[in-house]
Amino acid sequence: MKATPLSNCESRFLLRAIQERKRLDGRQCYDYRNVRVSFGADYGCCVVELGKTRVLAQVSCELVPPKPNRPTEGILFFNLELSPMAAPGFEPGRQSELLVKLNRLIERCLRDSKCIDTESLCVVAGEKVWQIRLDLHLLNHDGNIIDAASIAGIVALCHFRRPDVSVQGEEVTVYTPEERDPVPLSIHHMPICVSFAFFQQGTYLLVDPSEREERVMDGLLVIAMNKHREICTIQSSGGIMLVKDQVLRCSKITAVKVAEITELIQKALENDQKARKEGGKFGFAESIPNQKITAFKMDSAAVDTNSVEEQAEEIIANADPPSEVFAKPILHTPGTAQIGEGIENSWGDLEESEVEEAAEEEGESEAAAFECQKMETEDTGTMRETKKDEPIVLSNSEEEEVVILEPEELPKKTRTQTNLKQENPSKRAFNKRRKKKRAAH
Amino acid sequence: MRGAVRPLRGGAAMAAVAEDCVGQVVLPGDVLLLPAHLDEEGERLRLGDGAAPRGRLLCGPGLRRCAGGLLVIKCGLLRQRQASGGAAAGGAYWVDSQQKRYVPVKGDHVIGIVTGKAGDVFKVDVGGSEQASLPYLAFEGATKRNRPNVQVGDLIYGQFLVANKDVEPEMVCIDSNGRSSGMGIIGQDGFLFKVSLGLIRKLLAPKCEIIQELSQLYPFELVLGMNGRIWVKAKTVQQTLIIVNILEACEYMTAEQRKQALAKLSGN
Repeated sequence: MKATPLSNCESRFLLRAIQERKRLDGRQCYDYRNVRVSFGADYGCCVVELGKTRVLAQVSCELVPPKPNRPTEGILFFNLELSPMAAPGFEPGRQSELLVKLNRLIERCLRDSKCIDTESLCVVAGEKVWQIRLDLHLLNHDGNIIDAASIAGIVALCHFRRPDVSVQGEEVTVYTPEERDPVPLSIHHMPICVSFAFFQQGTYLLVDPSEREERVMDGLLVIAMNKHREICTIQSSGGIMLVKDQVLRCSKITAVKVAEITELIQKALENDQKARKEGGKFGFAESIPNQKITAFKMDSAAVDTNSVEEQAEEIIANADPPSEVFAKPILHTPGTAQIGEGIENSWGDLEESEVEEAAEEEGESEAAAFECQKMETEDTGTMRETKKDEPIVLSNSEEEEVVILEPEELPKKTRTQTNLKQENPSKRAFNKRRKKKRAAH
Repeated sequence: MRGAVRPLRGGAAMAAVAEDCVGQVVLPGDVLLLPAHLDEEGERLRLGDGAAPRGRLLCGPGLRRCAGGLLVIKCGLLRQRQASGGAAAGGAYWVDSQQKRYVPVKGDHVIGIVTGKAGDVFKVDVGGSEQASLPYLAFEGATKRNRPNVQVGDLIYGQFLVANKDVEPEMVCIDSNGRSSGMGIIGQDGFLFKVSLGLIRKLLAPKCEIIQELSQLYPFELVLGMNGRIWVKAKTVQQTLIIVNILEACEYMTAEQRKQALAKLSGN
């Protein structure tokens, strides 16, 4: 899909507002949006919300042979994906410039800074090492993807637990989580990216730009720093000319922000640890806020269940019973049998009725030929019937064929196209009547 | 035109009298029986006798006609307008549903962003799946010599002439008499933002409280597009931002919270 274009009046207004030092959501120039960290039920899974920008991170591990030139080091693999649900302009499978840039930044921030001790990931030198894989998914784009992604990445890595391993001579034992508690990764420091957006050739500076502000900015400066005030990576894009004291000022701001965010992350990790230890509830379901749309508000309505049983029996009584069951197979030759007869091909009917808009058809009986061991029956079932002893088949697709076969039991067919092909081509093939579900217009 | 429709099977679909369900939550698949058809429930009906006795019953958004009455196709609250003179003499039923994604509907007034010129039409983004086309002659006082001054990135307030699912929508900035009646290019200043469709309909309702309360704060200009876009212009940037934030927050604020917020602002 195409991204929504930015209108002239929006860009003019934003630049005017920035000149007056005003931001759309009322923040100050150096203010961050609210950062929320929530953890999933598994170790290594977290969602970070920076304002409305949401990033999901998941860490997983695997035992693999190491790289030949680094036999004693584990392998790290980072991947950031821009999901199409994040913004209308993102398309799956299209490698955009933004995606490449973000992936490179994440790699430099997390891999080149050596925040993870890869030597500790070695199990048997030269043969088996841990490969740690970090997957980041952008769920909603409201600006400043890189900050949210770097926070999500480092939080997930800190949260992750890998299985415990013991090596005795030649034997390597990998313990399951039930046998021995999984072990956290060895992380030296937590690098976090902070973004600065520049406007009017570097005159105005905003920290943590939102999506609208990103659209009108001239250039972007990203500084990744840890709480010990060490710069891990720094990148300037957009082609703006930055003066030395601008960059120094940005790095001072970064140090302050990183200290705050690191504290927040530590607190979140501790809370999660406590919740898990005490057996409290944890996971995403607990952390979703309740936002009610007050445009339509209704008191909860009581549901009348007095006549449910009668209604159910009425439905069952009104439904057409399944028609007769053919139980006598006719054996033509050893290995070929016929049960029942196929119905006439209705392809001709189908084309005519496609032109008119016919109403929905009820499911009608069909015959199918199976191997002679299986019982075959004709079944008239509509999808909407819910008999208590039958499994419920739910399928909305017009193309899907859903046939549930159970030996010695009625096969249930949907009202949509069913096309059962013979497995053995030598057997006589029976055409099924093709039915199309037509929605009532 | 449809032929005879078989009676709907039981199960999930419920048949209820339409008037009883007004103000209740209805789900897609529910059948609402109209008074004229109550006696003939269960029989096959031709659609020729679908007219209500008193006048024409208007079947609004979220509803379709079916045998026996109206079929609900969107979930939401059922609303009714009583019979009165005018276009829908027999009254009207519709479903109030909430949605953020806009689907072009004929006759809707929307705010579009001009994305390009192609021949003698402008391509306008209205937030739907296709871009709408706006001929340059569809402005008041526009002739072949006197073209409207529309640039790429300008905002246009217009209405849909043609909007169905098979062709790209077409919009115009004049009404059937050839007058603009408020439509056309929206001015240069001001700010555009997006809200959900339900909030727009709430703001467009006559005597909307939110607009009245806001107008007591500061004077401002407001254009509401049915595609969820709102354009606001006030005297200063600060005032514009305040109005933008209040309108965006109105989705989730109750009336008391809103009154409190406005009281705080007017106190400042």
